[in-house]
Amino acid sequence: MPDGMKVDYDGLIPNNVGLSEDARVRKALETWHPGYIDWWKDMGPDGFQESLVYLRTAISVDPKGWAKFDYVRMPEYKWGVLLAPQVEGRLIGFGAHKGEPAWQDIPGEYRGLLRRLMVIQGDTEPASVEQQRFLGKTAPSLYDLRNLFQVNVEEGRHLWAMVYLLQKYLGKDGREEAEELLKRRSGHQDSPRMLGAFNEETPDWVSFFMFTYFTDRDGKMQLEALAQSGFDPLSRTCRFMLTEEAHHMFVGETGVQRIIERTAQVMKDNAITDPNDVARIRAHGAIDLPALQRKLNLHFSLTLDLFGNEVSTNAANAYNSGLKGRYREDKLDDDHRLLDSTYKVLRPRDGEIVANDVPALSALNMRLRDDYVVDAASGVGRWNKVLEKAGINFRLTLPHVAFNRKIGEFSKSHVNPDGQVIDAATWAVNIDRWLPSSDDKLYITSLMKPVSAIGEYASWIAPPKVGIDNKPGNFEYVKLWES
Amino acid sequence: MDGTLPTQKQHLIDPEICIRCNTCEATCPVGAITHDDNNYVVDAATCNHCMDCVAPCPTGAVDHWFAVASPFSLEEQFSWQELPARIESPDATVDALDDEAAALITQAHQGAGGSARAPASASKPRVNLFNRANPAQAKVTGNFRVTKRGTSSDVRHIVLDFGAVAFPVLEGQSIGIVPPGTDAQGRAHAMRLYSISSARDGERPNTNNLALTIKRVEETQPDGSVMRGVASNYMCDLAIGESVQVIGPFGATFLMPDDPDTDLLLFCTGTGSAPFRAFTERRRRLSSQGKGRLHMFFGARTPEELPYFGPLQKVPSSVLEQRLVFSRQPGQKREYVQDRLRIEGEAVAKLLRRDTTHIYICGLRGLEQGVEDAFATIGRQYGIDWPALRATMREQGRYHVETY
Repeated sequence: MPDGMKVDYDGLIPNNVGLSEDARVRKALETWHPGYIDWWKDMGPDGFQESLVYLRTAISVDPKGWAKFDYVRMPEYKWGVLLAPQVEGRLIGFGAHKGEPAWQDIPGEYRGLLRRLMVIQGDTEPASVEQQRFLGKTAPSLYDLRNLFQVNVEEGRHLWAMVYLLQKYLGKDGREEAEELLKRRSGHQDSPRMLGAFNEETPDWVSFFMFTYFTDRDGKMQLEALAQSGFDPLSRTCRFMLTEEAHHMFVGETGVQRIIERTAQVMKDNAITDPNDVARIRAHGAIDLPALQRKLNLHFSLTLDLFGNEVSTNAANAYNSGLKGRYREDKLDDDHRLLDSTYKVLRPRDGEIVANDVPALSALNMRLRDDYVVDAASGVGRWNKVLEKAGINFRLTLPHVAFNRKIGEFSKSHVNPDGQVIDAATWAVNIDRWLPSSDDKLYITSLMKPVSAIGEYASWIAPPKVGIDNKPGNFEYVKLWES
Repeated sequence: MDGTLPTQKQHLIDPEICIRCNTCEATCPVGAITHDDNNYVVDAATCNHCMDCVAPCPTGAVDHWFAVASPFSLEEQFSWQELPARIESPDATVDALDDEAAALITQAHQGAGGSARAPASASKPRVNLFNRANPAQAKVTGNFRVTKRGTSSDVRHIVLDFGAVAFPVLEGQSIGIVPPGTDAQGRAHAMRLYSISSARDGERPNTNNLALTIKRVEETQPDGSVMRGVASNYMCDLAIGESVQVIGPFGATFLMPDDPDTDLLLFCTGTGSAPFRAFTERRRRLSSQGKGRLHMFFGARTPEELPYFGPLQKVPSSVLEQRLVFSRQPGQKREYVQDRLRIEGEAVAKLLRRDTTHIYICGLRGLEQGVEDAFATIGRQYGIDWPALRATMREQGRYHVETY
């Protein structure tokens, strides 16, 4: 096995970064470790710390080695520091330093900017674990429970990944930031997490699936952009994290798909042809498609806010400095400097939505958001294939990007899901048609009852087509009662 | 697809399961995977079956292998909404993507008298993760004799540890070994397959290793010279700490059912016991989850030459019922596996009537014929149409032969 792929499991912290020879960073991480375990026990999945969960652990960063499945108690999960193998002779691919060798250390002038990028990314990881900590109590199956916990432990590992970079490359400042990452709390009045969507609650499993589909996909886009970084350790970290992030996308996409499959089945079994016949669909314990559309509208619009202001000098600086690229920058065919090009940004003007050309460098958030929307739309298309196949006359759609926005160009406007600017009164009258109503919330909450019999599923979700690690349908993904 | 027989295995991605996360494309070391707005697809002309994409795929969509006469083009794959229906053919189950290993397995399974199928509840096996060009490196962590010293049968229990490399196996699968060096003509040696004799989660639970049961081949020829098997002697002489190159895993039908309520009738001689040791360990670790049991008929010349004779004494009969049969026990009548099978006819007939019973025969070629004759006798005695039952069981993945 090439050097840099082998993971050292001998010490407290599994790693492929030579921690055993790096006494300073090892000590910093070992000092941070008890606080992390305390945080996990306080804020991690509530009530399942002793359960045996069939989890995937990376045992090397080689493609063949990083999916080892086994029963693990979550507090004993091997959280480690794993970087994708170093690419010999890698060059910076964009910005003012394009063509220079990638940095193995942080250039002094970029310490502040990089610190901010890493802290913002790092802060989202524990935040989502906190948001999801009560979901275990209402899981629709052991399979879904296991998937939730896999997402949770991997978010935990992503925190480790960022904390390693902070401690290794930013000294005392980094150590302080690492401590702060354990102190902030999602939704806390005085010390909330840094980004809005990560302070919203994840009240039920429909939201969980929408969150992993839409919000974790923002994480994917950010990681893709950071994987382009000229700061090589950050790039390598993010490349490895992306492989794990793909699992979260999988949980979200298949979760929503299985809800749709179940609804379609219930409609077929009971000869319900009108997807808006909500009462009859709900009478059979399935989730009606209009309610699902409202959940989608909410999570999609909340996630768009995570991309920040469409026009941003921070984003321009991060790009120009070679720290954060565009989505799959290495696959794009242009000058990779963007000094002379422009990009279209949507804005409200006199009751209309118009597209203005702005310097491409300052529109990078908008661009990443556009790439995100394309990526998110493809999965919605696959959901609709289920409806098409079942012959149901309903299609899920992404609402207009201006709908329900709190950050950016549209934060002061009311825009309906079709992209028409409307007045406050029209908004208020229609809000229950567009966003989850209190009726939706009550109904979905009433469905959230745990199903813990092996191989069984709640009334509102279909079983998966393929088991995790090819396991058969009657596999016990979580051993709840073994102590 | 036309009616011509499949001649090659093609790697395909299931568009219904795939979430288009790009992980496979990013992982593929030879650029065989690409995508359009609809699908991720594999170029059959470029894919070298290295399997690097299989473990990182979060959905399992990437792990599909079709036996085809001519490969599906990229354009065909781009247009798919789902995988095409599989054609039913003797080659439809992919034991190995490696032709050499596939030929060895086909030969070993011939005694079943028809194409083999995996038991309905068997876990899905991974095959061919490592090949000749890209073998896994394992380290020898155990090598000891499991037959009594002084007897002519030197059977060894060899433990190979894979360290940080994932080498997922199921009980009943084999690995491939190519002995180092070259033959008299200067060519690389042929591959040998060895059955895994440990459970899927390792020699001990949760260890990343596997065990093999290998007999040292040393036969005195008529002219007085001794023929020494290249591969078996290479393996049996391995010292602790030595590195071994391992290919595989192979085998997709000679697997155990996961359903713990199934009964398994096991017939073996010598190192044919290797997969059954694995089956036994698997069942033992699941403890008493189900109603099923293993019923083993194990033949050797003497107890001293029966591999694992000592450890077998400690396996509880609630897991494994043992009938150890000896053909050269001083002062006793020669008894063979099929003889004992006839004696147990009534109990066996009862098991044959259950559709949860599976039969496995593993050992030297010829064993299957003796067992077959005994089953035919039992069938006549107890009113069971054995040839018909055997065909049904084979069709349902409940009748398995691996002899060599």
